[in-house]
Amino acid sequence: MHLKCTAILNTIATLHVGETGIISEESLDVIPLKLLEMGCLPGTEVELLQIAPLKDPLYICVNGSHLAIRKEMATQIKIIKN
Amino acid sequence: MEKSKPIQVALIGNPNTGKTSLFNQLTGLNQKVGNYPGITVDKKQGACKLLNNQTAIITDLPGTYSINPTSVDESIVLKSLLTTEDKNYPDVIVVVADIENLKRNLFLFSQVKDLEIPIILAINMSDQLDRKGISIDVETLKKELKTETILISARKNEGIDKVKMAIENCAEISKAHPLCSINHKIDEDYFERLKAVSTNHTLYELWLMVTQNNIPDSLSEIEKQKLIEFRQDVSKLKRYQHKETIHRYQQINEILKRTYIVDRSKAKDLRAKLDRVFTHKIFGYVIFFGILLLIFQSIFDWASTPMDLIDSAFANLSTLIKGELTPGILTNLIADGIIPGIGGVVIFIPQIAILFLFVAILEETGYMSRVVFLMDKIMRRYGMSGKSVIPLISGTACAIPAVMATRTISGWKERLITILVTPFTTCSARLPVYAILISLVIPDKKLFGYFSLQGFTLLSLYALGFATAIVSAFLLHKIIKVKSASFFVAEMPNYKIPSLKNVVFNVIEKTKAFVLGAGKIILAISIVLWFLASNGPASYKNVEKDNIENTANANLLAEELQQKIAGLKLEKSYIGIMGKAIEPVIKPLGYDWKIGIALISSFAAREVFVGTLATIYSVESGTDNTSTIKEKMRVEVNPETGQKTFTLPVGMSLLIFYAFAMQCVGTLAVVKRETKSWKWPLAQLFGMGILAYAAAFVTFTIFS
Repeated sequence: MHLKCTAILNTIATLHVGETGIISEESLDVIPLKLLEMGCLPGTEVELLQIAPLKDPLYICVNGSHLAIRKEMATQIKIIKN
Repeated sequence: MEKSKPIQVALIGNPNTGKTSLFNQLTGLNQKVGNYPGITVDKKQGACKLLNNQTAIITDLPGTYSINPTSVDESIVLKSLLTTEDKNYPDVIVVVADIENLKRNLFLFSQVKDLEIPIILAINMSDQLDRKGISIDVETLKKELKTETILISARKNEGIDKVKMAIENCAEISKAHPLCSINHKIDEDYFERLKAVSTNHTLYELWLMVTQNNIPDSLSEIEKQKLIEFRQDVSKLKRYQHKETIHRYQQINEILKRTYIVDRSKAKDLRAKLDRVFTHKIFGYVIFFGILLLIFQSIFDWASTPMDLIDSAFANLSTLIKGELTPGILTNLIADGIIPGIGGVVIFIPQIAILFLFVAILEETGYMSRVVFLMDKIMRRYGMSGKSVIPLISGTACAIPAVMATRTISGWKERLITILVTPFTTCSARLPVYAILISLVIPDKKLFGYFSLQGFTLLSLYALGFATAIVSAFLLHKIIKVKSASFFVAEMPNYKIPSLKNVVFNVIEKTKAFVLGAGKIILAISIVLWFLASNGPASYKNVEKDNIENTANANLLAEELQQKIAGLKLEKSYIGIMGKAIEPVIKPLGYDWKIGIALISSFAAREVFVGTLATIYSVESGTDNTSTIKEKMRVEVNPETGQKTFTLPVGMSLLIFYAFAMQCVGTLAVVKRETKSWKWPLAQLFGMGILAYAAAFVTFTIFS
């Protein structure tokens, strides 16, 4: 049961460095407008490039934009792992 | 063709697209920085001579990702585009886009395009096409975007003439071609109703007025009322904004599919390699602190020679003027008031320029964003953000631009705390105070035979400044209860070799702003001080007569008598009276009334301390004094104790006082403007003042 839950609840924060995923449509409401405007859109591929030395923030590439976002935000953005 | 009226051009673009490079290419050094009315955001403007000899006034708007603002800087862009009655309202907009992030850049373009103002798209860094494996079909793009599209390389000065030509022909650019019809795909009925509100504005303008709650006065009362009704359902607005964003990106994707191809295998990714080094869990921090050390080392090392030269040059100039001009009030004003005053400003130029040079290079290369990434988690513990690092570093030059640099911090609480603690970092105005006191009271010895004790003291004061900033941030984090939806996103731009032109212009611009801004205050105060020190009530005027007539003075040499009179005159002057009045308060810290005068005057700006003492001692020592400020202070004797005024306890106490006290009118004013309230600058003034007094008292007691 526990395993199944974590499999569904993939977020940007659960990615490992170098992994990619597709941002799920249901994340639309939790992504702030500014992040959407910078290219972090549902349906697009996101790659986790690096994690800062203290495990936060995360360095991602989405839609050609290289962005640093905090873990707090990343855990809210659901993805489907590639 | 009316040649007289210049064409108004606005430059818009994402940060890090080379927008400023294009601005510099178009205007050269022919630029000036003003302020937008009511706010302190710099308005950069320059004139550009077009090929047909017409003039264009270019306004460089702050970099932004969207015209929906989330910061003060960004709100300027929206305001400039919605205020049609402004004299700089653009006849034509040049959107600068970066070829590598074209998709995101076109998002901003699509918003601007929908405002239906004539528009030119300049795609920058075309020299990078091959290196990045990008191929682009400009002709098709031009058709698809219904826009004049030009490939440029601002850095290599390519395509600039084409931009100028397009600006010249801006009258021929048809504007009525909105790119995205926001209404159809979202809620046709809703947007039809919105469009019907006013016929004088485009639909997108009206939509922005509603979403940004930026309803101009030029609308009629009925129109205003109707727009306010649209604001009732805020969650709907938010939903529609989200949909609008997605819709725009979909459209851009469609267009780029046909016009823009990236061959990833060709792209040599230096970025990933550099990132691995610069954000490494050990090397990342080692490199960062190495760079900090290099900056401080250069500030002290490189700047000390020009600073000494400036100091003695101004001392010589004073002497020269006293020798050349006929003695009188005007000569005294120039030699004792104005020249030391100007000298007190000019002496900072080397240090400030060096610091701004480093900050400019670090920002241009893209390294600063890596520091933000490295430091965010650490800074958050103290209630700040990774982006607070830049203001804190800039604060070592001057707190005024540093407070303004906090605008990039999106969380209000994080930003407020950064603003409040930034004045603790050791700004360059403290440096001359530190430098002169250290050289007076700290022995010129070597620690462990290698480190200079004086240098070590200075370094400790810098460390003290940073430590106090961090500790007070931590306390403020616990105390301040401000609700703010903080949300952090930082772009990690690609690494770039800094453009010499951009860096030089940046340093010149910032240094000039500092010198002119702080210079005015310092100069004014120097003159006021000189006046207060050389005038006084009736008892002041009698000093000379009384002493010459006094028989007890008969055995004094003429020179000694002159000095005694000058000293007594200072004591009886207006400023002497003020200094005497606060003497009881500052006596526990070890200061006499002359230092009291310097303290009073440094409430305008710290660096005035040195100048004030120089003015006081020059007024006091009569007209034939040729020594530098330091010499004057070294020989100063406290008449009560008969000992040197600047002893170790007094010096240490003053150093600590200056480390903590909020003595800068300029910073207080800018904090008031940035926080839009007197509450925070007053909290700084009193909080830091009390801390300074207590700490100086403790220091004096320990060292005595």
